Amino acid sequence: MGAGHGHRLHYHAHSPVHRAPAHLKILLLLGFVLTVVATPRQWYPAFAVHLALLLGVIALARVPLRYLLPRMVVEVPFLIFAALMPFVAEGPRVAVPLGGWEVWLSESGLLAAWGLVVKGTLGVLASLTLAATTEPTDVLHGLQRLRMPDLLVQIMGFMIRYLDVVTGDLGRMVTAMRSRGVDPRSPRHWPALARTLGALFVRSYERGERVHLAMLSRGYDGRLPGDAR
Amino acid sequence: MIPVLDVRGLAFAYPDGHQALHGVDLHVHAGERVALLGPNGAGKTTLVLHLNGILSGETGHGEGSVAVSGLPVTKRNLLEIRRRVGIVFQDPDDQLFMGSVRADVAFGPANLGIKGAALERRVMEALDRVGMADFADRPPHHLSFGQRRRVAVATVLAMEPEILVLDEPSSNLDPASRRELADILRGLDVTLLMVTHDLPYALQLCPRSVVLSGGRVVADGTTYDVLTDDALMRAHRLELPWGFDPRVIGIDSLPG
Repeated sequence: MGAGHGHRLHYHAHSPVHRAPAHLKILLLLGFVLTVVATPRQWYPAFAVHLALLLGVIALARVPLRYLLPRMVVEVPFLIFAALMPFVAEGPRVAVPLGGWEVWLSESGLLAAWGLVVKGTLGVLASLTLAATTEPTDVLHGLQRLRMPDLLVQIMGFMIRYLDVVTGDLGRMVTAMRSRGVDPRSPRHWPALARTLGALFVRSYERGERVHLAMLSRGYDGRLPGDAR
Repeated sequence: MIPVLDVRGLAFAYPDGHQALHGVDLHVHAGERVALLGPNGAGKTTLVLHLNGILSGETGHGEGSVAVSGLPVTKRNLLEIRRRVGIVFQDPDDQLFMGSVRADVAFGPANLGIKGAALERRVMEALDRVGMADFADRPPHHLSFGQRRRVAVATVLAMEPEILVLDEPSSNLDPASRRELADILRGLDVTLLMVTHDLPYALQLCPRSVVLSGGRVVADGTTYDVLTDDALMRAHRLELPWGFDPRVIGIDSLPG
């Protein structure tokens, strides 16, 4: 009940980018992100090149931007932080016209905010492109081929497997709360919601123990057998 | 003849002091289908977890012994014991943890060291026996609950166990899935121990029943005799569903 079909980040299509081996894509993503982060923030044209490169890959993958852009909301907390920086940072100030007002903002703060926004956005967009073109299990296989420690790959695998189960649990709990007159959006009911999250954590923890029992019962000895993947 | 399951004087207390089992004796012979009945908190799950050594005197305070086809359950024999005793847990989401049905069914035998074509054959045979061969490449969370329960049975069958232990196999199944599972279980050529509150299901599948109550075996006989012993049933919080009376069911239709 309630288990969503497919993963919400993956965009089904057939393209050279979809077909490329996962470990190659992971390495390219890592390289791209490192390059973006290492680019000095005053090199404005360099960021245009980065963006053009990324958009080129997205176009090649035939993933519509309409699909990727709404998923970039994960970046919002960073953007808020970036927006605050020009107000709180030290150093010489410049006047910026803002809707008839002149606001005096920190110059170094503005530059730092620009750096944060542009690097964060490029990184998130590149990661989303990987997620949209590669099935989660393929990403895991790729990480494995790159010699990522087995334990970490296992943990990520379980996360993917149980994401739907846990969100299903949460959905049912929220439905049960709504049925008893709780509105999750109203701050008045946030304490109840917080308790629900606590209960969800305990439930998931207990499920983890039951899964571990079931694994032990089938001879698990600390590593996933290579043939069973 | 050596019994498949030989439980002798099994007592167990959890680390918090709660005494769950007070000296349980149970013998199950090859080819038997036995229902383990009892009210909530009777110690059924504790007993089941002893059968493959998840719990034992070594992890808490306990005494007595469990042997599977003559092999004692000890830390040294654990892998072989877990091959011999296949436990199907109540919630299939706990049991199916891999990305695809095929990988999940392969998990147990691969842990036993089976590889390549032999592994593939085991997996497909097990899936075939529960009628799920067509779903091998689907992720488990895309299946219906009844299908997931059947795959859970296959994950254990793939280890070719000597005894299949099922925890509440009929829970949360719709009547059609319930009947399909019964047909599958009846068709399997394995020794079966089934923990259940579903008394009609026990009568339908298991010729013999054992009643566990307060950590002791209080009855062991044919399922029909147990379910029609009103005094016993009342004393141990066992109740037949409303309108169900084993006495009106033709003796011929019972499993024997």
